[in-house]
Amino acid sequence: MGSSSSREDNIPNSRELMLETGFSYSHLLRLHERFEFLDKDQRGHLRPQDFAELKQLAVNPIGDRIIGAFFSPGQETVDFPAFVRFLAHFRPTDIRDQTQPEPINSSTRKLKLAFQLYDQDRDGEISRAELLQVLHAMMGTEVTEEQLESIAERAIQEADLDRDDTISFDEFRKSLEKVNIDQKMSIRFRR
Amino acid sequence: MEDFWAVTLSGLQMWIFLIVTFIMVPAMFGFSLGISEAYMTVLIKTLEWATLKMQTDKTDERKLHESASNGLIQREDGSMEKEFEEIRRSRPKPPVGGDFTLSDSFYFCRRGIESIVEDEVTQRFSSEELVSWNLLTRTNTDFQHISARLTLVHGLGVFIRYCILAPLRILLAAIGLSWLVIGTSAVGLLPNWRIKNWLSEWVHVMCYRICARGLSATIRYHNRENLPKKGGICVANHTTPFDIVILCNDACYAMVGQVHGGLMGVVQRAMVRSCPHVWFERAEMKDRHLVTKRLKDHVTDKTKLPILIFPEGTCINNTSVMMFKKGSFEIGATIYPVAIKYDPKFGDAFWNSSKFSLVSYLLRMITSWALVCNVWYLPAMHQQEGEDAVQFANRVKSAIAHQGGLVDLQWDGGLKRAKVKDSFKEEQQKQYSYMVVGDDSSNSD
Repeated sequence: MGSSSSREDNIPNSRELMLETGFSYSHLLRLHERFEFLDKDQRGHLRPQDFAELKQLAVNPIGDRIIGAFFSPGQETVDFPAFVRFLAHFRPTDIRDQTQPEPINSSTRKLKLAFQLYDQDRDGEISRAELLQVLHAMMGTEVTEEQLESIAERAIQEADLDRDDTISFDEFRKSLEKVNIDQKMSIRFRR
Repeated sequence: MEDFWAVTLSGLQMWIFLIVTFIMVPAMFGFSLGISEAYMTVLIKTLEWATLKMQTDKTDERKLHESASNGLIQREDGSMEKEFEEIRRSRPKPPVGGDFTLSDSFYFCRRGIESIVEDEVTQRFSSEELVSWNLLTRTNTDFQHISARLTLVHGLGVFIRYCILAPLRILLAAIGLSWLVIGTSAVGLLPNWRIKNWLSEWVHVMCYRICARGLSATIRYHNRENLPKKGGICVANHTTPFDIVILCNDACYAMVGQVHGGLMGVVQRAMVRSCPHVWFERAEMKDRHLVTKRLKDHVTDKTKLPILIFPEGTCINNTSVMMFKKGSFEIGATIYPVAIKYDPKFGDAFWNSSKFSLVSYLLRMITSWALVCNVWYLPAMHQQEGEDAVQFANRVKSAIAHQGGLVDLQWDGGLKRAKVKDSFKEEQQKQYSYMVVGDDSSNSD
């Protein structure tokens, strides 16, 4: 019937995390609850299988890519700080963040994350094959192979400025100049 | 020593006499002595005071807990179409190569992240968060010492609930169940006169009323003119095993279910003696045709009571209605939808079967303050021309969700246990492909 131990103890380095990610303490608490919910075996870290349990993520066409993006190359587990840092990319940009050198949720960082979804082998370039893979994931069997290839062809022609048949990060960024990155790659966290 | 036993015995006799007069007799004859109403008024006043006490003490901890009454993130209400339309509108549609931009993946990425932070399905399977506190520690996870008076009231509450209410309720439940068995068996011995049905209904309703008193249930029925009639099927949303008690307090239904052993089996066999219910053997349940046939037979016999079915298949936490299984809607009978909404202020009725076993759930219910709920009877619905069972089920589901003020979700309640079907993913792929390539005919050459 008594209370559990003070909340501050549950999240190590909460102050640094708050500074780094811009999340408020109450957000960190909720995210920590979520982390513990996903970490069903109480290991203290998450593996790809833990994410795959989420039904809504399983029906997302690029669900497995999003899961993959959580994990740095070579890493097989995600601990709570890494979990929070990744999610921090999706905080809406606001005035307060401008004082920091390169806040986690800047447009560039958001774009880098989106770029990663395409560039699975992380070589810094989106190849035609990688683009086709994403199109495949998003459209399934609803379109023919020819249609997919003509879509990929057009996309590369539009974006590939130096004609090397791949899309680099700068070309990616240039082609999305007019898109409101902040709005499209942010989720609103309630107070 | 003997004096002590004599006193206890007479005390016990007095106690039982009181129970019989004040609870059982009103239950048997369906009138109320106003004791429950008085109890509820006192309860409400106390809870309001407790909440007020907590609100005057502005600690950060408490504020954190209150802000959790809604979800963590605010989702966009827009659909996929609305999302992509904005980009499409700003440039002309290219003649060949589909309407694709590199930023299309952002939409799916965002939805994916939203579901990592918070997903609709899991939210429905955890208990509803309360804004005020109802003096049950189980709803206030970080119970802090706020004031001596509050702690005292809470302690008193614990004493009352565990030492006075709980034994009383267990006793009532025992009386109710044994009366059900005895009463229905007795009625079952009578030959098939008209009076047998009337008696059987009376016995059933009486027992359920006793059980309802046992839970301190306050039920408000609305739109009783739409009460389910014989030869129909009554469908309702499912939150707790006590839904049956709630609904049967007002009318008599035929139950559907599996044959159990033990105490449940005794009750089932007794009930069937006085009026026909539909009990299936475990092996029979696998055969869908057999199940449908038996239900159909029951329904076409207009003298039999309406069947009560919970199409969600599992208990949901009463903030939403999940997918209805189409089985009951294929029978072709008249459907009488009923919406049940519990008031969480007095005790959470939701049975989280993955978290609590039946016994621990019953214990929690017995030591709750009360069970308050509203029941709305909705007008009868029939399957329309050209409508298949799934569409019909969804239509009924929307009506129930709308009336009860619950969210209408397309997710399957069985999702909390099973793997998800690929068809949901295909739906999204289909929608997106349509947006990129439009009609197949325009791009297929």
